[in-house]
Amino acid sequence: MSTTTDTDSVREDGQIESVSGPVVTATGLEARMNDVVYVGTEGLMGEVIEIEGDITTIQVYEETSGVAPGEPVENTGAPLSVDLGPGLLDTIYDGVQRPLDELEELMGSAFLDRGVDAPGIDLDRTWEFTPTVEEGDAVEPGDVLGTVPETESIEHKVLVPPRSEGGEVVAANSGSFDVEETVVELDSGEEISMRQEWPVRRQRPAEEKRTPREPLVSGQRIQDGLFPLAKGGTAAIPGPFGSGKTVTQQQLAKWADADIVVYIGCGERGNEMTEVIEDFPDLEDPKTGKPLMARTCLIANTSNMPVAARESCIYTGITIAEYYRDMGYDVALMADSTSRWAEAMREISSRLEEMPGEEGYPAYLAARLAEFYERAGKFETINGDEGSISAIGAVSPPGGDFSEPVTQNTLRIVKTFWALDSDLAERRHFPAINWNESYSLYRSQLDDWFVENVDEDWPEVRQWAIDTLDEEDELQEIVQLVGRDALPADQQLTLEVARYLREAFLQQNALHDVDTFCPPEKAFRILEGIQTFNDEAFEALDAGVPIDEITDIDAVNRLNRIGTTPDDEADEFVSEIEDDVAAELQELY
Amino acid sequence: MKEYQTITEVSGPLVFAEVDEPIGYDEIVEIETPSGETKRGQVLESESGVVAIQVFEGTEGINREASVRFLGETMKMPVTEDLLGRVLDGSGRPIDGGPDIVPDERRDIVGEAINPYSREYPEEFIQTGVSAIDGMNTLVRGQKLPIFSSSGQPHSDLALQIARQASVPEDASDEDEEDSEFAVIFGAMGITQEEANEFMQDFERTGALERSVVFMNLADDPAVERTVTPRMALTTAEYLAFDKDYHVLVILTDMTNYCEALREIGAAREEVPGRRGYPGYMYTDLAQLYERAGRIEGEEGSVTQIPILTMPSDDITHPIPDLTGYITEGQIIVDPDLNSQGVEPPINVLPSLSRLMDDGIGEGLTREDHGDVSDQLYAAYAEGEDLRDLVNIVGREALSERDNRFLDFADRFEEEFVQQGFTTDREIEETLDVGWDLLSTLPRDELNRIDEELIEEHYEDEAAEELSAD
Repeated sequence: MSTTTDTDSVREDGQIESVSGPVVTATGLEARMNDVVYVGTEGLMGEVIEIEGDITTIQVYEETSGVAPGEPVENTGAPLSVDLGPGLLDTIYDGVQRPLDELEELMGSAFLDRGVDAPGIDLDRTWEFTPTVEEGDAVEPGDVLGTVPETESIEHKVLVPPRSEGGEVVAANSGSFDVEETVVELDSGEEISMRQEWPVRRQRPAEEKRTPREPLVSGQRIQDGLFPLAKGGTAAIPGPFGSGKTVTQQQLAKWADADIVVYIGCGERGNEMTEVIEDFPDLEDPKTGKPLMARTCLIANTSNMPVAARESCIYTGITIAEYYRDMGYDVALMADSTSRWAEAMREISSRLEEMPGEEGYPAYLAARLAEFYERAGKFETINGDEGSISAIGAVSPPGGDFSEPVTQNTLRIVKTFWALDSDLAERRHFPAINWNESYSLYRSQLDDWFVENVDEDWPEVRQWAIDTLDEEDELQEIVQLVGRDALPADQQLTLEVARYLREAFLQQNALHDVDTFCPPEKAFRILEGIQTFNDEAFEALDAGVPIDEITDIDAVNRLNRIGTTPDDEADEFVSEIEDDVAAELQELY
Repeated sequence: MKEYQTITEVSGPLVFAEVDEPIGYDEIVEIETPSGETKRGQVLESESGVVAIQVFEGTEGINREASVRFLGETMKMPVTEDLLGRVLDGSGRPIDGGPDIVPDERRDIVGEAINPYSREYPEEFIQTGVSAIDGMNTLVRGQKLPIFSSSGQPHSDLALQIARQASVPEDASDEDEEDSEFAVIFGAMGITQEEANEFMQDFERTGALERSVVFMNLADDPAVERTVTPRMALTTAEYLAFDKDYHVLVILTDMTNYCEALREIGAAREEVPGRRGYPGYMYTDLAQLYERAGRIEGEEGSVTQIPILTMPSDDITHPIPDLTGYITEGQIIVDPDLNSQGVEPPINVLPSLSRLMDDGIGEGLTREDHGDVSDQLYAAYAEGEDLRDLVNIVGREALSERDNRFLDFADRFEEEFVQQGFTTDREIEETLDVGWDLLSTLPRDELNRIDEELIEEHYEDEAAEELSAD
């Protein structure tokens, strides 16, 4: 969290007038909307959210027990901003960008004390800066000035700040610097250091938003295969509790082929965040073999941490994502969960006694959600490079009811919908994404990529799988009434094929070393294998073979083991099954 | 300390008083009624000139002449190891006739959030001796696993069984951890005197009281006091766990009464209500309780929570179970149907879940086949349960032999695996063996979720043959 700059403008201190939970009012404070203030003798961080006459209303990011009227309120004169610069990755922050490891050290305790502040990026650490500009070069905002090896997998690019006027480089220093030292000087007298600040509630500028045409490959079969997300797309994962929402998010964070992952744990469980914190450093990036943390920034604001900081953590996260997007990286941003964020808005809104909208949520809920998702996308950055932010928001609908305002307002914006289903979860069908309810509006614009990079039959085979599953869904209704054996043989066979689609393709074991990540090529081969069985079996059926004998053949059971077969053996394994299936079936007639 | 006789309004559990000095938010207040009775309260809202106070012991007897004293501190719980074996009221005062408590320390009951960075991920098995929990929804140290029940169900018996039997099995714990002892903290909110007696008798009869601290807020105690009872209990738990190295199991019952109290206060303050009249901040409020479970890196002890709540009209989408489920790491569901069938404990494993189970079981923790067996039991029971609907329509004869096997399996699963009685303590080994007995009634190639080698080792061929011979 940054607190230092822009203090020249307005700075007039006030006094606390009233305290009610996280909402504090003050008098005599000359502040602008969204200015950061320090409240009380302990200096608790807060933000101005309403100004009415002489009364300024502040949401406080820390516990307010014991804070009393009459205590001072100090204005910093600056809006809530994040520190940007090398050192963001491989770090874990709270909702207002205070590094949690630093806080532990400063507080000397495992419990989060109040009134302790820490800079978002380490001011003492030095970085090796290599300029990419020379004296005399003309630079504009967004241009790359030099690079810093931030982590073993990510090269950090130092850019001319978006609000700079640009100019001619008069000095570019190579060597070791801390983040506040000047690395490049312009003829306008502007000194540029590696550390920059940006107010979290304002979108960072970009040249243009483009149509995304590449998928964000996640290695999750149902997602890549049936409901793909584009790089620069938006997706929602709504699900009742216990349906595997968080595991699905974490799988994406681990395996999605983004350069940078920003993971926001917004109002979620402490133990869950700990799992992420403990797991990620040990995980290898499947592409580079380097630690996953080296490309990850975690923001953890658990459910028992102050509610106002929960409201801000989403903004902190997306601003960091935009910063890396400006360097030309593909960023995947996970927000778990946006419902908690909406609830934080509701809580603050009700403390302000605002007129509530639907179900007590503030009337601006839809606008805030739209604003957030609109900050995602495939962009041409202001220096002409390309970068993207894919935003994946989890939604936790109360009682699993998708008709509630947060889910509905989210669905109006996002283009991919992975509907988690507690029935499936109960059956231990994981990932518990319901294939009948989910959708992706990116399918057609991503088909070209799949045809070119995986297989030219991709769209057809996928459509076949979807049709078969649809048919199964209809047949299941009849089965519920009359039993399976009452169906004609061809429909029974369809059910059998659909079962393999569910068990061998849709189900995927996140805890299995091999199955946890399935490259699209392998996913495609699994589908092909099942389709081969389908084709051969129907031929056998036409030739008069009884359905029981067809479904009884040995080879077909092995389809369920493809997922756990190592990737490099999978192709051969499927071919073997295909051959055996054909041979066994043809023997029957 | 200044005394005020400036009460301007008394409304439900709230008292408003004028003050001429700044009063801190959450500060503790003593109100003396003209008849000499002293009541305690807490500052809910502080403005210059006027404060809103919620009174714990009810506002009857308070009038404009009552005097108000502000103690200048937030609510504290006196903590000491000597609390073990004691019975306290909902505000932490002894009611067992024992000696006064000499505290080691007085701790703020609000508690601070554990830094997620300092937490240690829970992955050590707690054996409750209940198959439906140990086998299918394993509890681990540092977890918060609520019991969702409804009125008229024997959730108290289940809670007592867990409190009595909870242990860390010998082979699963490290030698040097033997020092850590189990302690049980029991926080009762709004339970009836009869229930309270039942609990106390059981605690005394089994000797469990020695390792317990009991907080009792009864149904006829003031509702507002219920909002502090769990915080008192958890503050004590944190002290015992992180200062005295105990493994603390906190049982909170009944969270529904707690939430009702929150709603009452919210209504008295004329707040804008959220769903079903519950305050909009209920999620945050509940999280501040439930999130106080956990382990901390470098500390021996742990806080494990089993909150119990009764779902109004057995509705799991009601705000109380719903918000709870989003914070806790799973839930154990008590099922009225199983209860009427006489299954003890009547746990329905299908909608039950322990999110931390996967990391707390397996080789070196419980047994290597635990994960697979549990998955397979789930799948088979779910299939049998599905078929029951069908049987009601078409009758058993219309089903295939395979389907009939699954139906039998579902019945036997309830009768032999879940059913064990409230006094039987099953070792995890025994639980898994019962599981294998049942799985062996299914054809071998139906066990598609279990590793081949494990099937080889545990599957009993005779059992299946016996059945197919019928």
